[in-house]
Amino acid sequence: MSVPAAELVGVSKRFGPVLANDGIDLAVARGEVHAVVGENGAGKSTLMSILYGLHRPDSGHVLRAGERIRLRSPADGIRHGLGMVHQRFRLFPGLTVAENIVIGAEPVARGRVDQETAHRAVADLSAKYGLRADPAAQVGGLPVGVRQRVEILRALYRQAEVLILDEPTAVLTPAEAGRLFEVLRTVAATGVAILLVTHKLTEVLAASDRVTVLRQGRVTGRFATADTSADELVHAMIGRSLAAPEPRRRSKPDGDPALAVRDLTVHDADGVPRLSGVSFAVRPGEIVGIAGVAGSGQRELLDTVTGLRSPGRTGQVLLDGAPVVQGRDPRVAYVPEDRHGRATAPEMSLAENLLMGEQHRLATRFGLPRKTVRARAEQLTERFAISAASVDVPITALSGGNAQKAVLARELTRQSRVIVVEEPTQGVDVGVRERVHALLVAARDQGGAILLQSSELSELRELSDRVLVLFEGRLVAEFDADATEERLGQAMTGVLP
Amino acid sequence: MNIFELSFLSGVLTATAPVLLAALGGLICQVAGVFNIALEGQLLWGAFTAVVVSDVTGSAWTGVAGAIAATVLFSGMLSAASVGLRADPIVVAVGLNLLALGLTGFLMRRIFGSGGTYSSPELAGLPTLAELGLDVPVLGPQSPLVPLALALVVAAAWWLGRTRSGLRVRAVGQHREAAEAAGLRVGAYRHGVVLVAGALCGLAGAQLALGNVTLFSEGMSAGRGWIAVVAVMLSGVLPYRLLLACLLFGFAEAVGFRLQGARLPQQAADAAPYVITLFALVLAAVAARRRPKEAS
Repeated sequence: MSVPAAELVGVSKRFGPVLANDGIDLAVARGEVHAVVGENGAGKSTLMSILYGLHRPDSGHVLRAGERIRLRSPADGIRHGLGMVHQRFRLFPGLTVAENIVIGAEPVARGRVDQETAHRAVADLSAKYGLRADPAAQVGGLPVGVRQRVEILRALYRQAEVLILDEPTAVLTPAEAGRLFEVLRTVAATGVAILLVTHKLTEVLAASDRVTVLRQGRVTGRFATADTSADELVHAMIGRSLAAPEPRRRSKPDGDPALAVRDLTVHDADGVPRLSGVSFAVRPGEIVGIAGVAGSGQRELLDTVTGLRSPGRTGQVLLDGAPVVQGRDPRVAYVPEDRHGRATAPEMSLAENLLMGEQHRLATRFGLPRKTVRARAEQLTERFAISAASVDVPITALSGGNAQKAVLARELTRQSRVIVVEEPTQGVDVGVRERVHALLVAARDQGGAILLQSSELSELRELSDRVLVLFEGRLVAEFDADATEERLGQAMTGVLP
Repeated sequence: MNIFELSFLSGVLTATAPVLLAALGGLICQVAGVFNIALEGQLLWGAFTAVVVSDVTGSAWTGVAGAIAATVLFSGMLSAASVGLRADPIVVAVGLNLLALGLTGFLMRRIFGSGGTYSSPELAGLPTLAELGLDVPVLGPQSPLVPLALALVVAAAWWLGRTRSGLRVRAVGQHREAAEAAGLRVGAYRHGVVLVAGALCGLAGAQLALGNVTLFSEGMSAGRGWIAVVAVMLSGVLPYRLLLACLLFGFAEAVGFRLQGARLPQQAADAAPYVITLFALVLAAVAARRRPKEAS
């Protein structure tokens, strides 16, 4: 191999008690797509941030085209031809697409930013790489897919020769992800080295040339994609093979429905119907999946079932035969998709987040005894294998997978029969995914009536005993657990089976 | 009282100018994401240093220059503490406001020998436009800093809206992490805007003590810096709206000034500008709460 475009040599980085990177070596060549995979918290993002200049390593160094470089800030990284597409986009909502892209290297004419040249440059780049984005649009109102293109365009505008993408597909639909990989191929073909951080193995196998696997801050595997397999990668990622999927245990739903929805219709603020005449029931001991393309009424359905949304609604939602209480019915356990908005209070500690909803039970006349709160939190952390430095750290300090386990720990111990779950494994790695699925199945077997919404068809099929398909606010089909993804997909897009 | 006289308009502009200059400084800080509530202290400090330097050198323009320099230094404490050392800008600003009040009172006694109000024939005030041969009848007998303040509104709008550094200042204020990731030196821009605000408050102080009147009295900023903070918040960080908010205050103060001749008690006349500003604030807050309803 010729001189790598970029190379990390013996990089170590410690955050408090956590050794995020432990002597990592990684080299990426011009024109290759190099996947960096690992579980949440394996050190991928830290490593990429070091390469871009966002963090400084405690030891080790970075070579760029064979030369040792010092990176004190992203400005240094950009100067050395590095570009990064962040997992949480780093864009200015109030500026236009063109301004977001040229900022830091704006064309100037007669003392002012030359908008015309900027727009032209952006349009040219867009066309060259097939990254559609209107230069004049304000970024604040754009869908996430377009925002990501803006970040990629910015890196290309700054003439990045090493392009880092941190979990780029976490926010994309499968179709958008496919298009992204095509774009990355085009970019790589021009000699750019691409580092693709992900934990989705199907993507790795489909889109990369080589793979480096990290676990607990160390490199545990280096593969040429063509010569490896998902099993081999999983083994390197989690240090064991995934348990062979247990033969599916049929659920034995029994008794009266724990959740019954009757002829539910919901209109939005503009009077547009979002749900029309939806009726179904979930009995104790079954998982009912909700499938549908984004915006088919899932949001409205789940918000109504949990009691969060009341206006514009007709029809009935019954929990054990009694109407749902508006404003988060305490009889429903709820695992929201929005992990640091609805699911947790980001400013509060892990212990406090685990407590929410139980505070009245633990309170004494003198308030909440700290000891009891901590003891309860520690017990839950252990039981649900949540790894955190302590229960007093802010919930945002936890990796996505651990935060999700914390939410599940809180909700599944509420002793609610009805459990509403949204996107339970979004953004978590295979190990956590396996664990989350086991928890949900266990809750079902103990008599939980679970309503599961997921945009991942494989997840719906693995977990659900029945799958209901929403299309334009109507329930258009019901499948049993054996439905193929193809048939589900047809129902979701309105091509009825 | 006839508010349609030219002399009334002139009074409005005179009252507006110091508030407007300070508010422009606050606006620039706000755009860059620094909530600067030290305008009151800086304005007072600017007024005091303008009078001291003018009194010592006998030149009003040297007084203006001195006020700018001294207030930039003063605002350096805010930028060093809140931008450099990441101290809470509110706490630092409150400290600076109190410091300015105490320090000017103390230095006044040391330099001029007594507290209260200082004025002297040697103290040179700013010339009027007419005295400089630039008579603009509409403006009335103003110091050149008044048209300068109006021009600076236009300049600020152009700078923020069109230029490279203006764009970057806006970017820094919108999203700090994004600005860092885009390779912008966030700290440098934030230091910069705080110091520019210092210069503008120096100008504001000079206009107040050498333009509006020719004297220094303890606490003479009299809440104008706070009005400027309110104006910034009302403006939605748009320079032209900021001008409107400041004109409202200037109008109220001019009305209050006229009322002193009328049957009203002195205190009521003095309170008028603040009462009117308070009403405007409440109205704007109500209007702002009405608007975003549909958005959510």
